[in-house]
Amino acid sequence: MINNQQELLVVASGLSRYYSDHCAVDNLEVQLRKGEVLGLLGPNGAGKSTTMQMLTGNLAPTMGEILINGIDLLDEPRKAKQQIGYLPEQPPVYRDLTVGEYLHYCARLRNVPVKERKAAVDRATERCGLESVGKRLIGNLSKGFRQRVGIAQAILHNPAVVILDEPTVGLDPIQIREIRRLIRELGQEHGIILSTHILPEVQAVCDRVQILNRGKTVFNDTLEGVESLEQVFFDLIFREADANEAHAEEVAA
Amino acid sequence: MNAIFAIGLTEFRRMFVSPLAWSILAVVQFILAWIFLLGLNEYLTQIQPQVAGMEDPPGISDLVVSALYLWAGIIMLVVMPLITMRQFAEERMNQTLALLTASPISNTQIVLGKYLGVLLFVLLMVALLSLMPLSLSFGTGLDWGKFAAAALGLVLLLASFAAAGLFLSSLTRQPVIAAVMTFGLLLFLVVLYISGSSQGTGSEVFVYLSHFGHFLSFLEGMFDSSDLVYYLLFIVGFLTLTIRKLDNDRLQG
Repeated sequence: MINNQQELLVVASGLSRYYSDHCAVDNLEVQLRKGEVLGLLGPNGAGKSTTMQMLTGNLAPTMGEILINGIDLLDEPRKAKQQIGYLPEQPPVYRDLTVGEYLHYCARLRNVPVKERKAAVDRATERCGLESVGKRLIGNLSKGFRQRVGIAQAILHNPAVVILDEPTVGLDPIQIREIRRLIRELGQEHGIILSTHILPEVQAVCDRVQILNRGKTVFNDTLEGVESLEQVFFDLIFREADANEAHAEEVAA
Repeated sequence: MNAIFAIGLTEFRRMFVSPLAWSILAVVQFILAWIFLLGLNEYLTQIQPQVAGMEDPPGISDLVVSALYLWAGIIMLVVMPLITMRQFAEERMNQTLALLTASPISNTQIVLGKYLGVLLFVLLMVALLSLMPLSLSFGTGLDWGKFAAAALGLVLLLASFAAAGLFLSSLTRQPVIAAVMTFGLLLFLVVLYISGSSQGTGSEVFVYLSHFGHFLSFLEGMFDSSDLVYYLLFIVGFLTLTIRKLDNDRLQG
């Protein structure tokens, strides 16, 4: 356990992202250890999705450095991406393929060797509970199953880091419970970063939480000793809003 | 290389799980068959008796086969945008592009894979079309050189359509807009040819710039390496632009 604590899977430092003049992410530090589930939390527009896109190599940071399992994502994107599984807000599934076809295609894209491909697809199918729908078209599946296909796609190549952007949005309570259990399970051998709006979800699955507001980290700690995450969250967000208001008033005066 | 084939074959397959590719193949084949039979009929009933006494009469390869490939080129001006519009625009619209961009493959592989998919469709189309003139070889002697030049010319012409369409598809997230822009560009190049070869104001430069000018010399049975180079430059140029566009997406967001 002590050893695992030392192993840093994701080290992002000085991460900034500007959309022309608008600063979406400002000098952010993100660290993830092996066997850890990190929750990214924050109000809408706090920069969660932008951060995740940068960590998965879909968006180039304006400034900063990202190391995935010791590999520089910006210098060797292909090697680093091999270590990442990513589920964007919308699961990137082709509606006109069956679940099996789609996962086999993903396995080829992720350089899973021919011999191990079937085993990898079977394992991901089983873990995400997709055995019963393997031959059905993804377009005909419910939102919850599509989300699970998205997760299966992300863990297919057994990546060191799994990044999930709002994995439980639009699911029913039973599915949410199943997905959370799956995330906990995955968290034991992978490092997981997930973003969410739902505070109880963070308490249910995350070991550590990082709260973002306006592109900055306002809280980054384990959940031990935190009595009410909700309280912490509102305190941080509103304190900042109050501070900004006071500042604006000062300027106006 | 493996990833390019994986993407290309999957794209090709996905065209045929929707009715689009089937209906396009059926409609185009039907219309071209009609044109082919019309030309053949005219040749047998009117032209053949007239030219019977000539010393070196134009044969069926000159009159029927060339005309068929010319018509195919003209019809594909409208049809090709429908095939290429899906490639990137639809992926953007459905937000599935992240599957490819988050995988450990380069943008060059993504673009070449997509292009391979369209190219396979083009080859299938030309192969189906070529069955018509080939059926003549049961009853008469075909000019194989001319036939091969026309088929090669059509493949190159359609390959250039595909490259231009792929690029325009990468610029937008609306497939219809991609189709309209591609159609506009292809038609513009035809207009360039018409204005270049019009009497009085014609200019060789316009004829050279137009992809149709180079196609026509193939139809006359002339294989000129400068025509081949024109098409290769056209294709490589547009594919490079597409790759740059994807790179730029990552940088600009």
